Amino acid sequence: MLKLSLDRLNDLFAAVAADQVLYIPADDASGQARFQRWHDGLEMTGALNTVRSAKDFFFPQTENLVDFKLKGKEIEIIDPRTEHEDFVIFGVRACDARSFTILDKVFLVDPVDSYYQSRREHGTVVTMACTQPEETCFCTAFGIDAAAPEGDCSCWMDDTSLYLQPQTDKGQRLVDHLGDLLQTCDDSAVAAQQQSTRAVLEKLPFANLSLDGFDGEHLLELFDSEKWAELSEACLGCGTCTFVCPTCQCYDIKDFDTGSGIQRFRCWDSCMYSDFTKMAHGNPRLTQLERFRQRFMHKLVYFPANNEGEYGCVGCGRCLSKCPISMNIVKVAKSLGGENL
Amino acid sequence: MQKIMIAKAKELLQSGAVDRVLGWKTGEFAYDITPAVFETIEELEQSFVYDDFCGANLSKYLIKASRLDGKTLVFLKPCDTYSFNQLIKEHRILRDNVYVVGVPCEGKTDGETLKQHGIKGILGIGSQGDDFIIDTLYGEKTVKRADVLPERCQNCKSKQHVVYDELLGEDGQVLDSHRFDMVEKIEAMTPDERFDFWRGELSRCIRCNACRNVCPACSCEKCVFDNDASGIAQKAAADSFEENMFHIIRAFHVAGRCTDCGECSRVCPQNIPLHLLNRKFIKDINELYGDFQAGADTESRAPLTNYQESDVEPSIVYHKGGNR
Repeated sequence: MLKLSLDRLNDLFAAVAADQVLYIPADDASGQARFQRWHDGLEMTGALNTVRSAKDFFFPQTENLVDFKLKGKEIEIIDPRTEHEDFVIFGVRACDARSFTILDKVFLVDPVDSYYQSRREHGTVVTMACTQPEETCFCTAFGIDAAAPEGDCSCWMDDTSLYLQPQTDKGQRLVDHLGDLLQTCDDSAVAAQQQSTRAVLEKLPFANLSLDGFDGEHLLELFDSEKWAELSEACLGCGTCTFVCPTCQCYDIKDFDTGSGIQRFRCWDSCMYSDFTKMAHGNPRLTQLERFRQRFMHKLVYFPANNEGEYGCVGCGRCLSKCPISMNIVKVAKSLGGENL
Repeated sequence: MQKIMIAKAKELLQSGAVDRVLGWKTGEFAYDITPAVFETIEELEQSFVYDDFCGANLSKYLIKASRLDGKTLVFLKPCDTYSFNQLIKEHRILRDNVYVVGVPCEGKTDGETLKQHGIKGILGIGSQGDDFIIDTLYGEKTVKRADVLPERCQNCKSKQHVVYDELLGEDGQVLDSHRFDMVEKIEAMTPDERFDFWRGELSRCIRCNACRNVCPACSCEKCVFDNDASGIAQKAAADSFEENMFHIIRAFHVAGRCTDCGECSRVCPQNIPLHLLNRKFIKDINELYGDFQAGADTESRAPLTNYQESDVEPSIVYHKGGNR
C-alpha cells in the first residue's frame, strides 16, 4: 500500500495531470458535485457522490458516430473520431466502479461497440472508498463493498492521508509514474477505516434489501403483477432516473441535418419517454405504466436473466434522491419481491 | 391537520360524494412522499400523509383524474390552487368532477434541501417548536425549520386559497414576498454577465424534462420537443446551446400562464434556478401591463392574450428606462 500526505494532494493531481487528462469530483455553482477537468487549485468535493454518474466518461450523453457529406452525386462517409487521449477519473465510488462492469456486458460483447471500447481502453479508474454512506445507499444488496472499491487503483482517505492500492496494470503504471510522491506504508489505517465504514454499512436502512424472486423464473408473474398500476400512477414520465443512473444504457441514433450534410449521432434515451423504441407503428408501450414497468423489469429481471444473475443496478441511490415524485427501484423491489411474490 | 384531512376524506368517500382521493403517500423515509390516489378507507389509514414534505403540487394530475368516472377529491395547498385555477381557465380540468379541499401550508421542504444544509444519513425527522430534530446515521441534528425551507417557500407569494369547495383550517393572505429580488440582481448585470450566468446555469441541464413534465402550465398533449416530425425533437442536446434554447422557449411558452408555483426548480436534479426565467416574465408583465397573477381567477384575460390599442411597446418602454 502507498501513502500521500493530504497537504500534497494538489501535487498529486498536478503530477497525474502532467501526463494525462484528469477529472475529479468537484462542486459546481449550485453546490452539487460533478466530475470536472482538474486545474491547479480545483478541490475535491465533500459530497458523497456526483449527480451525474461516472458512466458519462465511457458512454457520453451525445456522441457523433459518423458524418455524411454530399458532393455532387457522391456521398462521402467520414469517421469523426479522433484518437482518444488517455484520461484518469479520480474519486469514483464503488457503486459507479461496478457500473462499468455492467456496461461492459452490454457494449463489449459481440458486436463490440468500438466507441465505448476506445474510451474504456484510454481511461484509468481511480476509486475512493466511502466513509459516510447516505441512507439512500444500498450497494450492499448487490455485493458491493463501499469500503473496498474496485477499479484500476483503489484509494482511501482519512483526515491526514490518502492511501493508494493499485489493482491492475493501468493502476500500477499510474502509481509508478507518481514516483517519489508516494511512500509505502502498511494497511493498518485503511483496515481501521474499513471496519468503521462497514459498521455503518450494516446499519443502512436498505442493507438487507431482498431481491428474492427477481429472476427469469418469475418473469411473467412479475410482468403481470397488478401492483405496477399503483407504483407508476404518479410517474411524470421524465427521464431523471434514467439519466442520473450509472447503469442505464439505452440510446437512440438520430440524424442531424447540418445543411450541407448529415451528422449521425447517438444520445441517451429513456424508456420513460413517449418515443422510446418507436417503430413504424409507434411506441410499443403506450401507457406510462408499461414504460415504468420496462425500466424495472429490465434492471431486475431481464438483465440478470441474460447476464448470470447480475442486476442492472448498483444501489448508488441517485434515483432515490432525485425522482421528483420519490418513486424508485427500492420501493418497486419491496412491493413486488420477496414475500410479496 | 393530517388527522382532520383523513377524517374528511373518509367522510366524503363513505357518503359517496367522491369516488377517489388525490393526496400524498408515505415512503421509506420521512421525506420521500409520493402523490397518490386513495380509493378505500384502508388505503387512507395505511399511508395517507400530510406534513412538511408534501411539496408536490397535485393540480396537474387532475387533467387526467377529472376525466375518470365520478368525482375526485383533491387536497390543494394555497399555491397549488393558483395552478388549479389556471388549468380551469385553459379548459384542461373538468371542474365539475373535482371536489377541492383547501389545506393550509407553512412551507414544504424535502430531503435534497436538508442535505444541502449538510445533513447526512437521514433516518427520521421529528419536529419540536420551530425546529426539526433529525435522527441520522451520524447522530442527532437540530435545524431551524425556517432555515431549511426551499427558496420558493422562503419567498411564499400567498397563503390564500384562490379556489376551494371546502377549506380546512384558516385561510391566509396574499403575501408581500421578496421573490423578484434575484430577478432584479440579474437585470442589473451587464449583458455579458447575464449571458454567462445563464450559460453557466443552463449548461448543467441533462434534458430529463422533469421541469416540463411537472409544470402545470406545460399541458400540451404532445410537446413539440417530443414530436419526431417537428424537426426539433431532442432527447439530448445536439450542440452546446440546445438546452439553453429549450428552457428559453419553454419560458416563453408559459409566459403569462406560469403561476410561479416553483415546481420546475424543485424537481430539477441539477438545481438550475428555472423559476427565475419565469419570474422575469412575471415581473415584466407586472411592469408593462399592471400587476397580474396567473391563476388568481378563472375569468380575466391574461395581458399577453388580450391586445388593447393602449398597450405599451415593451422595447420602447425599456429603451427609455421604463419605470426603473
